Amino acid sequence: MCASGKYSSRGPALIPRMKTRHRIYYITLFSVVLLGLIATGMFQFWPHSIESTADWTLDKRSVHDAPLVRLPVSSPIPERGDLSCRMHTCFDVYRCGYNPKNRIKVYIYPLQRFVDEVGVPISSTGLSREYNDLLSAISDSDFYTDDVTRACLFVPSIDVLNQNSLRIRETAQALAMLPRWDKGMNHLLFNMLPGGPPDYNTALDVPRDRALLAGGGFSTWTYRQGYDVSIPVYSPLSADVELPERQPGPRRYFILSSQTAIHREYRAELERLKEENGEALLLLDKCSNLSQGAASARKRCYKGQVYDYPQILQESSFCVVLRGARLGQAALSDVLQAGCVPVILADSYILPFSEVLDWKRASVVIPEEKLSEMYTILKSIPHRQVEEMQRQARWFWEAYFSSMKAIGLTTLQIINDRIYPYASRTYEQWNNPPVVKWSSVNSPLFLPLIPPRAPGFTAVVLTYDRIESLFRVITEISKVPSLAKLLVVWNNQNKSPPEGEKKFKCPECTAIDGLSLDQTHMVERSECINKFASVFGTMPLKVVEHRADPVLYKDDFPEKLKSFPNIGSL
Amino acid sequence: MQAKKRYLILFSAGACLILLFCFGGIQVPLSRRGPTRRDDRSLTGYRSGAQWRRFPGVVQPFSPWDQEESDGYNGHISPRQKRDAITGVYSGKRCRMESCFDFSLCERNGFKVYVYPQQKGEKMSESYQNILSSIEGSRFYTSDPGQACLFVLSLDTLDRDQLSPQYVHNLKAKIQSLPLWNGGKNHIIFNLYSGTWPDYTEDLGFDIGFAMLAKASISTENFRPNFDVSIPLFSKDHPRTGGERGYLKHNSIPPFRKYMLVFKGKRYLTGIGSDTRNALYHVHNSEDVVLLTTCKHGKDWQKHKDARCDKDNAEYDKYDYREMLYNSTFCLVPRGRRLGSFRFLEALQAACVPVMLSNGWELPFSEIINWNTAAVIGDERLLLQIPSTVRSIHQDKILSLRQQTQFLWEAYFNSVERIVLTTLEIIQDRVLQHPSRSSLMWNSLPGGLFTLPQYSTYLGDFPFYYAKLGIKPYSKFTAIIHVVTPLVSQSQPIIKLLVAVAKSQYCAQVIQILWNCDKPLPAKHRWPATSVPVIVIEGESKVMSSRFLPYDTIPTDAVLSLDEDTVLSTTEVDFAFTVWQSFPDRIVGYPARSHFWDSNKERWGYTSKWTNDYSMVLTGAAIYHRYYHYLYTTYLPTSLKTMVDQISNCEDILMNFLVSSVTKLPPIKVTQKKQYKETMMGQTSRASRWADPDHFAQRQTCMNKFASWFGSMPLVHSQMRLDPVLFKDQVSILRKKYRDIERL
Repeated sequence: MCASGKYSSRGPALIPRMKTRHRIYYITLFSVVLLGLIATGMFQFWPHSIESTADWTLDKRSVHDAPLVRLPVSSPIPERGDLSCRMHTCFDVYRCGYNPKNRIKVYIYPLQRFVDEVGVPISSTGLSREYNDLLSAISDSDFYTDDVTRACLFVPSIDVLNQNSLRIRETAQALAMLPRWDKGMNHLLFNMLPGGPPDYNTALDVPRDRALLAGGGFSTWTYRQGYDVSIPVYSPLSADVELPERQPGPRRYFILSSQTAIHREYRAELERLKEENGEALLLLDKCSNLSQGAASARKRCYKGQVYDYPQILQESSFCVVLRGARLGQAALSDVLQAGCVPVILADSYILPFSEVLDWKRASVVIPEEKLSEMYTILKSIPHRQVEEMQRQARWFWEAYFSSMKAIGLTTLQIINDRIYPYASRTYEQWNNPPVVKWSSVNSPLFLPLIPPRAPGFTAVVLTYDRIESLFRVITEISKVPSLAKLLVVWNNQNKSPPEGEKKFKCPECTAIDGLSLDQTHMVERSECINKFASVFGTMPLKVVEHRADPVLYKDDFPEKLKSFPNIGSL
Repeated sequence: MQAKKRYLILFSAGACLILLFCFGGIQVPLSRRGPTRRDDRSLTGYRSGAQWRRFPGVVQPFSPWDQEESDGYNGHISPRQKRDAITGVYSGKRCRMESCFDFSLCERNGFKVYVYPQQKGEKMSESYQNILSSIEGSRFYTSDPGQACLFVLSLDTLDRDQLSPQYVHNLKAKIQSLPLWNGGKNHIIFNLYSGTWPDYTEDLGFDIGFAMLAKASISTENFRPNFDVSIPLFSKDHPRTGGERGYLKHNSIPPFRKYMLVFKGKRYLTGIGSDTRNALYHVHNSEDVVLLTTCKHGKDWQKHKDARCDKDNAEYDKYDYREMLYNSTFCLVPRGRRLGSFRFLEALQAACVPVMLSNGWELPFSEIINWNTAAVIGDERLLLQIPSTVRSIHQDKILSLRQQTQFLWEAYFNSVERIVLTTLEIIQDRVLQHPSRSSLMWNSLPGGLFTLPQYSTYLGDFPFYYAKLGIKPYSKFTAIIHVVTPLVSQSQPIIKLLVAVAKSQYCAQVIQILWNCDKPLPAKHRWPATSVPVIVIEGESKVMSSRFLPYDTIPTDAVLSLDEDTVLSTTEVDFAFTVWQSFPDRIVGYPARSHFWDSNKERWGYTSKWTNDYSMVLTGAAIYHRYYHYLYTTYLPTSLKTMVDQISNCEDILMNFLVSSVTKLPPIKVTQKKQYKETMMGQTSRASRWADPDHFAQRQTCMNKFASWFGSMPLVHSQMRLDPVLFKDQVSILRKKYRDIERL
């Protein structure tokens, strides 16, 4: 309204400046064209002003453009999370349906700015960069749908990653106001920093009905196994600092403790360990002379000596990750990134993605009470295992911790696996780093079975046009008692196979196989081997020096008593 | 001029109108989005164009290091106090190891289990007796409650269905009067049935206090993760030990059987658990999906019978349960009155992939078994989708599911003993926490009961995972020569043997000589000079079993085990070792023996005759993985080891039993060599144990003793011998790498 008033008042203001007709004419024409262009442009953008589909570079949207929603004081509050919720009781599986791709569809609510009746926002930070990244990653993934009616899982755009920035009651009201909330059914909330002082609950305090919680820092008492998903606490250093992958192996320090918020009792314990074991242990704290802020997050000190964090993590074989007031620590992510084996001391903590990740291969979990025995316990771990753990730790970080995208999509994949368990990812897919995936051998016939003779075997004979040779083979092989079936593959397009019943008798048997003696044939086969090896990327064939013979082969023993007397006689 | 002016006004008016529309248009939806009108918004507003897009720039980062946390934290109560406080807060239904288990009892003596003495006049079911005797026969058992970490009641708690004849009355009072009960702390209570008609609750009818439950048919809601153990429902006929093998004898490809999906069982017309079974007929197609129910059960079934009962009952009688079980690719396992059913184990054994329809059942040993690899977890709510779901499963996956059913059946379920041991091992892993098994150890061959984490937590230290990890065993071996006669002359076979073995290119730094002779050790210079160091260990108690002790001085994966009178050339040692590298989980060696069933005497027989097959390779000249030393020493019961030590015989047979029961495979005999003992009998004064006529008879007895402890005959016959590739072929001997083998 005011905008249009402004423009109409401008019109007359231009008139006194007009000196000639032409000038008026051109100015008018120009301004009309300009106005028209602006108008068309705005018209085009307007219906999508929040969810623009236009070219990225032109997009000047901002969080502040999101529609404002006022929450009345009396707005309903969801119930507290129900601890007995499981997928079969609190999750509506009908929404996910049967689909050939076995993939759940995830809908994200458009962004809104919730404020209470007096206009104070429900969150001090609003949409954080991390949550923005997370939602964007979901929207770019195969899980995403913009069709709310087809969605199986709903992700609110209300950012609850950090409980500290939230007003609990109002946030809950905002959740309940989501159009498809329906008692939180099939809604997924992401929270990394739950609880608040002084008790620091281990799960988000916002009442949330039946919503699933992807939470960082669950304890065994708040985690609803098979329903919630335990996620890592994202470390912003992951994006800022590049730590190149280091080869597994022994490092300068054996144990490193680099966290700053360690309870003084535990710090005293660590210092005692340091006294006993000296150089093997490096015990860092925050630098007292540096001011607080982002810079201090990147430095650690020991007796005035300053170390770069997280780089120093790469200098140690084991890195302590002690609980703070909260169980989940962002330091875990830094430690994994550095390929340092985390030593986790946080009783009752549900490790991130523990539903699918085998943490025993990437970390050492020690009860808090046994902190004093840490050194002895770690010393007992074989070197080769430490190396495997270092590799595994780095791989976990790369695949599941390194970005909000990785965290978000892993969470969705875990939920997807629960809904379509028969199409779920395997243990190997989750846990084996690529280097192992390529070098390991997993036989499809892995059960050690000694097959009985009863079903016999099927012989498959490939042939071209040497009928006589074929008949010779057939005659010989048909004498075998355990032959169940004989299959001849006729591989000649120019000739049809011989017809009718043939008596398989070896004719003359003189045609010596001249083919394999042929020089060019050998050369061709060598070329094949090289070609195949290059396609496989490696030479999969293995050389052995043994060959299977019957037990009494060539033994000085009556031939008629041998099971396979004729072997080697030809 | 006037016209121009009019045009101008017209244009600007038009432009203003457009603008007005634009800006006004934004305000319209804003006003519509008021909280009072959210209902119609849910129907419209969100559908079109509600695509989420990233917001560029200006978004605040969230900070995981909040200062208030670290500052406030130190003022906090001490973590020690906090830990102690947990015990009081989280009890009963919220029990966890941290809050309801006393770890300090396990610190001094490790994981030891005490079983209360049985009281006279107390009735006990056969199943519970089997459970108790399995524990008493295990290596965890202690008869001293002072040493115990875990306590097991001798009161039968298996059947807590009040209507059952097995129900033990007054359990509450009986338990409270036990002096060691201690509120149930560190106790484990086994239970198969709880609750009764009509609601079948999971209450046991007495206060279990801090005790853990090892319970069948436990629901996820009542299951206390990492505290309780979900066990399978097993029948009273379930064998105590040994147990039947799985049904799968060979892999058929493609893996489809006559039926795709079968079920045969009772239909409950009303009450708990009736919904799913009542709906099964929708899916039945009487061709490859055969789901049969009967109403005929219980006394008054006629009273409740519905319109379909007669038809269903008739169809039900047409099919044989066993025939269906063994000829179906998938077997439906729907819940009964309780969540678990016998059908689960039956399907598992029959290699019929279980399709679970039992919402909320915490599957047996769910803490360690990844059931997605052996079963299809269905959802009762999606019953109608089950046929299309199982049809969508790829052949490769079916093949793998089926094999995994067999592995799991034999590893954890086929006897009461296995079920009990698995339960105990799970708890041990929790108690010890640091040396505990990874998921891979539990879910791949040979399974957690044979993979002891106290040996190592590194997968590469075991003989089973090389291929999985894409690594190879260490390419050296350590030879252990077992000596029982004094060294008197330099022409003794041991001298020759020592020289031959030391010359092997694969021989590591150490050759151990286990001096189990009563005479003192010979002087150092009496041993021949070798390029590799020789370590002489004097056996402490000079018993046979000491040759299989897991010595710290064995640095290699492979052990070459030798008798002092073995005759072996360097070439033979080299060849055997290269073969072992391909089969690191098996015994690879020269002297082969066989077992057979003597039907006249109805017992196992032992033979050293030349036969067309063999099932043992004696440890007088064999290579095997170092881990088997550890397993021999810790896994086998003292009774068998003592027997071996007392008669100084059979240790090699026992080792073969052990390895075959782990691998389910025969050992490997390498190349032609019949003569591996020096035939010096009569020439020297020493009494070779091989010359003793009792020796052979003892070995027969051993076979039968061992077979009875293992519960079945683990040895497997083989007809294969591995020779060097050009062995005895008509080519020049110069082209052969292992030519010395033929010259011997």
